[in-house]
Amino acid sequence: MKRARVAFEGAIHHAGEADGKLRLADGRLLEETDVVWLPPVQPRTVFALGLNYADHAKELAFKAPETPLVFLKGPNTIVGHRARTRRPADVAFMHYECELAVVIGRTARDVPKERALEVVAGYTVANDYAVRDYLENYYRPNLRVKNRDGCTPLGPWLVDAADVPDPMDLTLRTLVNCRVTQEGHTRDMIFDVPTLIAYLSSFMTLSPGDVILTGTPEGLVDVRPGDEVVTEIEGIGRLVNTIAGT
Amino acid sequence: MDTTVTRPPVSGLVYGTILNDHPSLERMGEALSQPPYGKPPQAPVLYIKPYNTHVGTGSTVRLPRGADRVDLGATLGVVIGAPAARLNEADALDAVAGYTVVLDLSLPSASVYRPPVREKCFDGACPMGSEVMARAAVPDPSALTVRTIVNGAEVALRRLSDLVRPVPRLLADVTEFMTLNPGDVLLAGVALDLPQAGPGDRVAVEIAGVGRLEITLEGDAR
Repeated sequence: MKRARVAFEGAIHHAGEADGKLRLADGRLLEETDVVWLPPVQPRTVFALGLNYADHAKELAFKAPETPLVFLKGPNTIVGHRARTRRPADVAFMHYECELAVVIGRTARDVPKERALEVVAGYTVANDYAVRDYLENYYRPNLRVKNRDGCTPLGPWLVDAADVPDPMDLTLRTLVNCRVTQEGHTRDMIFDVPTLIAYLSSFMTLSPGDVILTGTPEGLVDVRPGDEVVTEIEGIGRLVNTIAGT
Repeated sequence: MDTTVTRPPVSGLVYGTILNDHPSLERMGEALSQPPYGKPPQAPVLYIKPYNTHVGTGSTVRLPRGADRVDLGATLGVVIGAPAARLNEADALDAVAGYTVVLDLSLPSASVYRPPVREKCFDGACPMGSEVMARAAVPDPSALTVRTIVNGAEVALRRLSDLVRPVPRLLADVTEFMTLNPGDVLLAGVALDLPQAGPGDRVAVEIAGVGRLEITLEGDAR
């Protein structure tokens, strides 16, 4: 099942999908463009992975990390499907990152890898923008690069884990103004989803609503005001975002 | 040992800051200009203490497996009271509800190159005071003194006059790119040269005019 949270006529609704339309809990059928899409979950702790695809690590001239390169994000950065994300006026390089987002459904501590997928509620798509002009080598990637207001679109749907038989067998793509600029496959993750859940839960308690953004493959290009950026993952969703000026 | 955990009076995320005090910058010295850092920090150096780290005074905090020492990063927590975006230094304190005592527990690490998630995000790694002292009762946060006490003996005394970015300036520079919300906490700055403690130790932090917290550390017997 697919679940969305949307704002429509002054209220927040839970919605599902029916015949290519949105179906509100009260039965009303709406077009995708009739509503304001909210993030499908209100995230608690948001984890993100750096350099988790071998090709991307190579693209950035890094050797692959030996332990997961994890950083955290605040709720200020999360926005829904069809939102606009602002590009600062004075920067030269702002890029998208198409990522599989894993939503935790159960409290989890010391979960073995073999059972890790049991604590997953579902999956969605994230676009983890970075403004590279602000990169500094202290707690890198630093928050000014990765934790800017509205710079992490999430959605459109939360897809139940039961409907995703193998999260490590999904194709990811990004299209900028309808042109494919990034393509990859989740099988190429250096640390796969079960490994990440086992790693994080080995030193901290994961809770329902925690979200893990699992990293991005190669193929990053600069995006400019007016660009439409579509990050999509096979079977999970197609997340649309538009770059705005300040 | 009984494991006791209390809840602190804050509801949001805790954002920490390092390299915001002159002694820490002096301690790093030339290293700031060498690999992997390259040049001294320009923007505030921030990290996040997520919800699983938040505990209240009186709690027992279990150290991660294999850890026998933790750094005691005692500091002032600035509790946000109003949506804080693009604040000006001159009136930044208007967004502050008040202040609380915070102990940023961290596994010792010589490097500040990568985000300190394993080091700083274990369960219970962010004890906080039981009260928020109203902003009006604290005329100048830079005039405060932070004391760290282990088993009754003072092991560190820090004056917040050492801040590179005093609280209003820090608020302005952070909210330039990220909004802080009511209930969030911004730490005034955690020093690099810190006392340590281990299982069995009672650790207290006192800031005269703000409050006090006390916790007990235990090892992981599993």
